[in-house]
This record gives sequence, structure tokens and C-alpha cells, in this order.
Amino acid sequence: MADEKRKPVLEVQDLGIDFGGLTAVNDLNMKIYPEQIDGLIGPNGAGKTTVFNMLTKVYQPTRGKIFLEGQDMEKLNPVQASQAGIARTFQNIRLFYNMSVIDNVKTGMHNHISYNNFDAIFRTGRFRRGEKQAEEKARELLEIFHLSEYADLTAGNLPYGQQRRLEIARAMATEPKLLLLDEPAAGMNPQETEELMAMIRTVRDHFKIAILLIEHDMQLVMQICEHITVLNYGMLLAEGTPQEIQNNPEVIKAYIGD
Amino acid sequence: MKDLLKRNKNAAVSYSIVIVLFIVLSIMSGAGLLGRKYTALLVPVCCYIVAAIGLNMNVGISGELNLGQAGFMSLGAFTAVIVAGALNFHGVTAPALVMLICIVCGTVVAGFLGWLMSIPVLKLEGDYLAIVTLAFGQIIVNIINNIYLGIDENGLHFSFVNNTIQMQEDGNLLISGPMGATGVNTVSTFTAGFILVMISLIIVYHLMNSRNGRAIMACRDNRIAASTVGINAVAEKTLAFVVSAALGGAAGALYGMNYSSFAATKFDFNLSILILVYVVLGGLGNMTGTIIATTLLVVLPEVLRFLSIYRMLIYAIVLIVIMIVTNNQAIRLRLKNLRMKNGGRGKGKEVSGNG
Amino acid sequence: MQFLSYLISGLGLGSVYAIMALGYSMVYGIAKMLNFAHGDIIMVGAYVAFFAISGAGMPPAVAILLSVLVCTVLGVVIERLAYKPLREASSLAVLITAIGVSYFLENGALILWGADSKFFPSNIFPQGGITLGSLTISWLTIITIAACCIIMILLMLFVGRTNTGRAMRACSEDKGAATLMGINVNMIISLTFAIGSGLAAIAAVLLGATYPSISPTMGAMPGIKAFTAAVLGGIGSIPGAFVGGLLLGVIENLSKAYISQQLSDAIVFGVLIVILLIKPAGLLGRKVSEKV
Repeated sequence: MADEKRKPVLEVQDLGIDFGGLTAVNDLNMKIYPEQIDGLIGPNGAGKTTVFNMLTKVYQPTRGKIFLEGQDMEKLNPVQASQAGIARTFQNIRLFYNMSVIDNVKTGMHNHISYNNFDAIFRTGRFRRGEKQAEEKARELLEIFHLSEYADLTAGNLPYGQQRRLEIARAMATEPKLLLLDEPAAGMNPQETEELMAMIRTVRDHFKIAILLIEHDMQLVMQICEHITVLNYGMLLAEGTPQEIQNNPEVIKAYIGD
Repeated sequence: MKDLLKRNKNAAVSYSIVIVLFIVLSIMSGAGLLGRKYTALLVPVCCYIVAAIGLNMNVGISGELNLGQAGFMSLGAFTAVIVAGALNFHGVTAPALVMLICIVCGTVVAGFLGWLMSIPVLKLEGDYLAIVTLAFGQIIVNIINNIYLGIDENGLHFSFVNNTIQMQEDGNLLISGPMGATGVNTVSTFTAGFILVMISLIIVYHLMNSRNGRAIMACRDNRIAASTVGINAVAEKTLAFVVSAALGGAAGALYGMNYSSFAATKFDFNLSILILVYVVLGGLGNMTGTIIATTLLVVLPEVLRFLSIYRMLIYAIVLIVIMIVTNNQAIRLRLKNLRMKNGGRGKGKEVSGNG
Repeated sequence: MQFLSYLISGLGLGSVYAIMALGYSMVYGIAKMLNFAHGDIIMVGAYVAFFAISGAGMPPAVAILLSVLVCTVLGVVIERLAYKPLREASSLAVLITAIGVSYFLENGALILWGADSKFFPSNIFPQGGITLGSLTISWLTIITIAACCIIMILLMLFVGRTNTGRAMRACSEDKGAATLMGINVNMIISLTFAIGSGLAAIAAVLLGATYPSISPTMGAMPGIKAFTAAVLGGIGSIPGAFVGGLLLGVIENLSKAYISQQLSDAIVFGVLIVILLIKPAGLLGRKVSEKV
């Protein structure tokens, strides 16, 4: 396939993590290519969110390597991981609930706005320019995610579906190379899920980034993902196209049992 | 755009209230309408407001419980006394100049120590963080209570033990241990207080509505998510801490030059708690509320003087009742329904806000 | 030998701190609030005992019992009136309310009993002490340490072995789940305040016997020390309060003896900061990390 010739955005080699005596993830190898929508699936407790936490350096892996566009992420902390270009959303939505919708998006731009406290206090030209830029970009993002009408609403007052979108909008504000979505369709009805799928495709098409998503909704996964990695008991069970995965007897066994 | 206007509106409201209060009170004071007791409160109210605005930065905007604000005030007050003493000794006595220099020095010293303190403090969380701030406040006061400091032609003389400093004939004893500062040249004015309040408001509002202000609030709301978008919580909380401490120092400096003598024990845990009460009552993150709550609560004991021995008891009951009414869900719901029935829009009062 | 003497009297002081800290820690562990009025309940306990003995001429044992009774009732009443309405509110709101209660108690005492210090009777405990070689330990110190140990053991047995104790542990983990299990959470919380306040009364009597001057504001410093000791040991932990209190007393006494009388406060708090930097959840506390 043509993908194999391109350089991966994310490369994971022999990744593993132990929590005390428990090995949560082991021997994981993954490659994610630019502008690809990848899925990470597996039964509950398979270690999927743990993988996300390692990718964002919330957890430090015990073994293995993570490369983001060739850059070794070993020594990075979560803040640096974000600056390197990894963004994520959470299983339980983590918004800044006391701040307005547009401010939530603006926080995502933190590392792309360049004025300092002195500028802020004295309202210098640099401050004004920085804020104007931030305002414009934030409005743009809100437009793309259909959140413009809620811009000044306190984030905690948003309906659930919009909260999810806001989380994704905030993640995109960080200008990432790779977007990690942790169960974005959780708690959504079929119609909301359809809208979410369209949204994810739009994000990939508009921003030209790679997306890795964890999901339990198999319909969504099979329809939207171009490549799927299956985890079971913290180890790689299978990977391939949706077709291949659907017909893989090991995968079926893992989900349904013997 | 609307949000920008709304936030600037909050600031505009704050500024207006302060300006109006200043003008009205100045006129009343000038015309002799205020009476000695209330006139004496003019400068202290400004001090408490500035200290409370600073503390609100920490408790309201950054979400960290700080029980040591009085410690920073004491740093500001005693720094001011030392600097003023030095200036006076060398012939610089113009009140405005002395005040300016002393407040700046007090602010810088307190801000610097706030930065130093934030290093260990921010390694902790929640109530453990709170108690370390309390500990630092106690340590500062305990140390100052044991300082003997005087000035003469040869410079500053300092002793920890007791009054063993030897000075020339015309030396001045500035700080004498438990007796604190004595013989202070009182140069603070209501105008200076007003200017200080305005400057504090401007600094805090400008920071709140900037990139770092948003970052601080993000860390308050969800620290983990904040790190996900590349915000370094320790760096941001340090900023809030330093600003809070600096403003405490400024307030203390103004306070220190308002009384001819005061002791370090004035700036104890009870004062820290008092400022915290002003902040919470006014609304976390709400600067306008802080101004109003502080003014009312500082003035209230005087207003209640007619209740003689019962006044502080009533004060306590008022405080308890206000807290219960504004925070009990059942009561708030009933009040909200009442408001909606009378045509108001249902907007609940939050304990935290962002502007 | 001098050192041993200071150490033991430090343990005596620490025992009082431990008893006070126990009340603080229990309330925090179960009601999840910092009861800043705890020190003032101690003050009330001291006054009740004082008036019972000096005023009404009661025998010390009865006076102590009366003090415990009054404080227990006071604690429960305060909880029902001031804290229960704020169960669902933010912890900061409850903190400020507790401060209001503290102001109330202090000013109430001021009105009722005047601002001048009274002198706690110094003869309720046997005078003198036992002598081992060149070391003299006062009876008061021995009684204080013994009381603390007994209280500790009783509490641990109560919380660890009885049904009510188990209910308390359940409430401290998850009130909602406890309610679903049929536990009367209101009763448990009131009981917690009752025990904490009762302990405060005992601490008050021991404190009064050690530092005989009592006044309406005498509760402030003990309150801070109790809070400090509870956090030092890991707030919410009963053995933690014990360890924290003893350690605090020993450090304070040794600082006063060997370094500086005036600067002992600064040293004690300095040690607290250092310990918390090494063990951020207190000596026996558990750090609960957030699940990402």
C-alpha cells in the first residue's frame, strides 16, 4: 500500500508498562500514518486508555519507545508532549467548566500566543495583536465545530454532545500533529454518533492530521477507521483494515469468548 | 466580542465603584461628615481591599487555599518601616516620595518571598498546601517578633537576641522585638490607598483577561486537562502566588505607614482568616464583590457599636447566616424560583467565577 | 538525662496535642471539613471545668464528666445548626462558616465570662511525680500520656471492630454508597462531632492543668496546633493524629529547650514544612491520585 512508503506520524516500539507487579501493556508496536484515521479497540480493561496516557506522557512507559514524527518522546513530560504535537480528549469529558466556551478554546492556544505578563499588564501592542489573533482563531474553530452560538456560555452549561465537540475543538486549538480521542461517542445516541463521525472526518480533512480513536461502538469504528489495532490483556492481538479485523477469529474470540 | 465586552464591563463596574466611593468619601471626610472613627477606617479599608484582591487571585482565580496572606502584609509593613526610617534618617521626608518608595519596596520584598515560598508550597495540594502557607505565615511573624533593628550614621544595626544593638546618639530604633515598630512617621493617605486599590484592580483584571490568566483558571478547573493543552500548572500557579503575595506586601506597606506603632502579632493567623472571609463572602474570582464585601465587613463592627458588647456576636451570626443562605442548595433553589417567578432570568450565583 | 526529661515532657505536651488532633482528624475524615471552631470548643471545655470546680465546688472527676457532656452536646448542636445545611456546599464555604462559629464562641465567652484570664485550679491532679535517679516525671505528664494512649486504643478498637466504627469508615470512603447500604449518615456525622468534641473537653482539662491561664481566646493556638498535628500525621488518619500530635509536642519542647524559647514556633512550623515536602500526604497519610 502507498501508506507504507510514507513516514509515520507516530511510531510505537515494544511499548510496555508495569504498575507494581501488574503488567498493564506489553510489547506494543504501532504505526500511524499522516492523515489516517486509526482505531484502537479491545475488550474492557485491555489497556487502551493506558496506551493513551503513555502517548501523552501522563504515564512514563516502563519499556519501549515512542516516536512522534521521528522525535523520541522518552524525556518529555505531559506539557512537552502537548507542545510536541499530541492532543487528546478524555473518556470523562474534562472541560474547564467555570470558563466560557470560547475561553476553553483559547486555552488550547496557550503555547501559540506569544506575549508575556508585562505585555498583559500594560496592554502593549504585542498583547493586543496576540489577543486579536487568538480571538480570530478561536472564532474560526468554533465555527468549524458548530459552537459559535455558545461562545460566551459557561462550558458547564453546555449540553453533553456540545461538550464533547468543545473538547475536540480545544484539542485542535493546540495545532497538533496527532489527535487522540478517548471514546468520543460514549453516551451518544445514533444520530449524535452520525454527526460525530462526520465531525471526525471533517477534522481530518480540514486540518490534515492523523487521528487515533478508542471506541466501543463497533459500527463507528468499522465505518470511519482506515486501520485498526486490537488490544487484549495489554498486548497486540491483531491489526489491519476493518475488513481484516472483522473476520479475524482471534478478535471475535476475544470479544465474545469461546 | 460579547464576552470581551462583558469582561471589560466587570472591570468597568469595579473601577466605577471605587472611583465613586473615593470621591464621595473624600468629600464627606473633607466636610467633616464622617466622624473620627470612620475617618480612621479609610486607609485600613484600602489596605484590606488590596490584600483581599491579592488573595482572591490565589484562592478564587488559582483555586488554592492560602492561609498566610497576613505574613506577606507583615513583610510589607516592616519593610516599609525600615525603608522609611532609613529615608527619614538621611533627610528624605516628602510624604508622597517616601510612601511611593516604601510601597514599592514592600511589594518587591513580599513578592520575592512569595516566589521563594511557592517553590515548596506548590509541591503540595489541597489542605496540605493550605497548612504550609499557614506555617510560613506563622514563621514570618515569629521571626519578625524577635528582630531588633535600628539605624544611625553607620547604617543599619540588627540583632536577634534582645536590645543589644549599640547605636550612636542620634540613632533611631526602628523595630524592637515584640513591641514591633515604634515611632513610625505616618504618611499614608486615603488618596494613596485609592490609587493602590486602582492599580491592584488594573493589574489583576489585565492578568485575568490574558493568556496566563486563562491558563491559571484552566489549572484551577482541571489540572490534568490543562497539562494536556500544554499548560505548566506550577508555573502558572507561581504567577498567581507571587501576585497575591506582592499585593499583600503593598497593602501591608500602606498599613505600616498608617500607624505610629504596631507589632508583628497584628499580622497573625487571625488576620489571614479575616481576609479570607472577605474574599469568600465577596465571591471567589469576583473583584467587585471583594471590594464591596471588604468595605462592608470592615465598617460593620463600627456600625454595630450601638450593640455594645453584643456587636461581635451579631457579626458572627450575620457571617454564619450569610454563608448558609448563599450556599445551601435548598435555600438557593427557593430564592432562584422566587427570582424567576418575578421575571428575572434564572442565573444561579456561583461560588467561583471568572471575572 | 536533661534530654530525657525534655523528651518526656514533650511527649506529655504532645499527648494533649494528639487528643486535640484526633477530634480534628476524625471530623475531617468523615465530614470532610476543617472544623476551625474545634479550638474554641476546647476553650468552652476549659471554662466549664473551671466553673464546676472553682465555682460549684464539684469534685474534679464530676467536673471533667460535666465538661465532656457539655462539649459533646455543643459539638452536635453546632454541627446540626451550622454545618449540616452546607453538606453539599464547597469545602471553602464550610470553612468560612466554621470561622463564623469560632467568632461566635469566642465572643460569647467574652460576654459571659469577661476578657480577663482566669486561673485553672492546679490541684485536680496529684502534685509531684515519680523519680528515677536524676529524672523526675510529674504525675500530670504520666496521666496525660496514659490518657492519650488509652483514648487511642479505645478509638482504634471502636473504629476497627464495632459495627458503628465500620459505618464510620464507610462514610469516610463514600457517603453516597454508605447511605445505600442503609447507614444513617446523619447519625454517624453527629456521632463523629460528639466524639471529637468530647475529646476536646478532655484535652481542655489536661491543657488547663498544664497551662493554668484560661481566657476566651485561649482556643486559637491549640486549634492551630491541632490542625498542624493532624496534617503532620496525615489528616483523616487516627494513628496519624496520634503520631502527629506526639511529634509536634516533642519538637516544640526540644526547640524551646535547646534552640530558642522565642523562636520555637518558627522551628516547629519549619519542621512541619520539611516533613510535608518529604511526605506530601503527611507521615501516615495516603496520597490518593486522580484516575486519568
